[in-house]
Amino acid sequence: MPSHRMPSEADIISTVEFNHTGELLATGDKGGRVVIFQREPESKNAPHSQGEYDVYSTFQSHEPEFDYLKSLEIEEKINKIKWLPQQNAAHSLLSTNDKTIKLWKITERDKRPEGYNLKDEEGKLKDLSTVTSLQVPVLKPMDLMVEVSPRRVFANGHTYHINSISVNSDCETYMSADDLRINLWHLAITDRSFNIVDIKPANMEDLTEVITASEFHPHHCNLFVYSSSKGSLRLCDMRAAALCDKHSKLFEEPEDPSNRSFFSEIISSVSDVKFSHSGRYMLTRDYLTVKVWDLNMEARPVETYQVHDYLRSKLCSLYENDCIFDKFECAWNGSDSVIMTGAYNNFFRMFDRNTKRDVTLEASRESSKPRAVLKPRRVCVGGKRRRDDISVDSLDFTKKILHTAWHPAENIIAIAATNNLYIFQDKVNSEMH
Amino acid sequence: MMLSKGLKRKREEEEEEKEALAVDAWWLDPSHPAVAQAPPAVASSSLFDLSVLKLRHSLRQSEPDLRHLVLVVNTLRRIQASMAPAAALPPVPSPPAAPGVADPLLASSDAALSASMASLLEDLSHIEGLSQAPQPLADEGPPGRPTGGAPPGLGALDLLGPATGCLLDDGLEGLFEDIDTSMYDSELWAPASEGLKPGPEGGPGKEEAPELDEAELDYLMDVLVGTQALERPPGLGR
Repeated sequence: MPSHRMPSEADIISTVEFNHTGELLATGDKGGRVVIFQREPESKNAPHSQGEYDVYSTFQSHEPEFDYLKSLEIEEKINKIKWLPQQNAAHSLLSTNDKTIKLWKITERDKRPEGYNLKDEEGKLKDLSTVTSLQVPVLKPMDLMVEVSPRRVFANGHTYHINSISVNSDCETYMSADDLRINLWHLAITDRSFNIVDIKPANMEDLTEVITASEFHPHHCNLFVYSSSKGSLRLCDMRAAALCDKHSKLFEEPEDPSNRSFFSEIISSVSDVKFSHSGRYMLTRDYLTVKVWDLNMEARPVETYQVHDYLRSKLCSLYENDCIFDKFECAWNGSDSVIMTGAYNNFFRMFDRNTKRDVTLEASRESSKPRAVLKPRRVCVGGKRRRDDISVDSLDFTKKILHTAWHPAENIIAIAATNNLYIFQDKVNSEMH
Repeated sequence: MMLSKGLKRKREEEEEEKEALAVDAWWLDPSHPAVAQAPPAVASSSLFDLSVLKLRHSLRQSEPDLRHLVLVVNTLRRIQASMAPAAALPPVPSPPAAPGVADPLLASSDAALSASMASLLEDLSHIEGLSQAPQPLADEGPPGRPTGGAPPGLGALDLLGPATGCLLDDGLEGLFEDIDTSMYDSELWAPASEGLKPGPEGGPGKEEAPELDEAELDYLMDVLVGTQALERPPGLGR
């Protein structure tokens, strides 16, 4: 991120997303800007700078809007970015705020035509009497220019706040989900969308559950999942019905009676759901855990990992300061063997599904100089305290790692810590195991 | 924002801070037998208070975070369910002389809080339900008002709603069938103010409930009087 400007609230990163090859990394922020980073090609001449990400393009995706009819301000904050699979030389991505989704096309220009007959070098019309012969304009190399243009604006599809977008594997459609509805769009058609899920009750008084996240299956273009504030997942099949209010499968874990409290529902609310690359599993994040679900088993998750269980006894305070409502994201690595999620105090956690080992790392300027190795951190909950341990009561709850992303193929992760972006690479183990 | 026992409270009442700290000590102990059963009324009352405040704050936003709202409401319901013996009392605060009531003062305030919570929840439904009718919001108040203030039109609709709800529901919906009314959907009336609804549970119980700011009320009254005749006088608080 540019460091010459004073950090402001507009710079708070609100989403991070690698493209399908991992060559590009897009971030969206609260001010409606999108910044795209590109990975420098590895060069034998400068081995130390191989594979680092530099700023590729910056553009204003969404502006603050005022809805005069409803007397409401519409925030420009970018909630989600999703890349389209690359189909030609251009890159495309979808970015969305609370209400409007936009399709952006990113193209490179590194040549320009020179030698026009009718115009001079500055573009001014030539005096025709001076033109004595015709020439064919030639393409000459120029400094790389990255051009971003809005190709589609998908507006007026949502009454409530959009929380997710997901591109279908058919590369022709995508879905957008708000608190109560999910719409299906065709990428080329902006003036209509199909409503495929609607959980709005006839009486809003009866509203007890909202949609929190949704995603298309990576391979089956007819399947998608959506999560709810009550901790359930619904897998839907678009071939079964036009309106997918009836789920094909309902994934829900029964409440643990020994852990029951007034906050049970809040902490069970799913803040993110991600299909594994294989398409066989789903990963969910709720307030205290990440869970792996097998699509073939609805009764309970196959794996549960504690992110910060030491917070379980602090739920009352976390409810009071609203931290209990924080929405953390989660991510798979390319081979689906490791999962990652953020926490407080700029900590993020990784869980190896095979070895069952986990690690806590910190994203901060102090603890990470370039090319330094990240040191594992530990939160102590009383009892023996090691030298570098952090005690639970010293955790900074304003430093939340809500947004994280993992390169699709390599051990490179992007961590958003408020208004800073950290990119960590595992040089030793670059290949997936 | 550190997590510590001496957390600065948002509530106005100072005495509740001490009560809450005492509550915290109990609350943090997962082995406490009370955790598994219905917690004592003392703890629930503070949590109830806090939840009601959160709900009010959420409803005051021009566009409330629906997830936050729903989670707080559901939590309130759980708390209310656990306070069932107290909530079963009539909404009238009884004098602290009734035998058999463990803490009469608390019981009466619980009941009043329960009543206020019930009416807050009804507000949400009223606000959303009334939005089916495409009212001309432009007439109701100056556009470009800063968000976060109470939109004047809301109060008016609240007053009109119960009397004319059936008229608006079907008739106008039919008229506008072939028009894209997605813009007139639920969000039309942002539930920014819940203070003016004269709910059916009116009566002495209202006096105990949290009141709308006098200044807010005056402002709303001015606007209402300026734009249309009132069908019935608004109640103070609830």
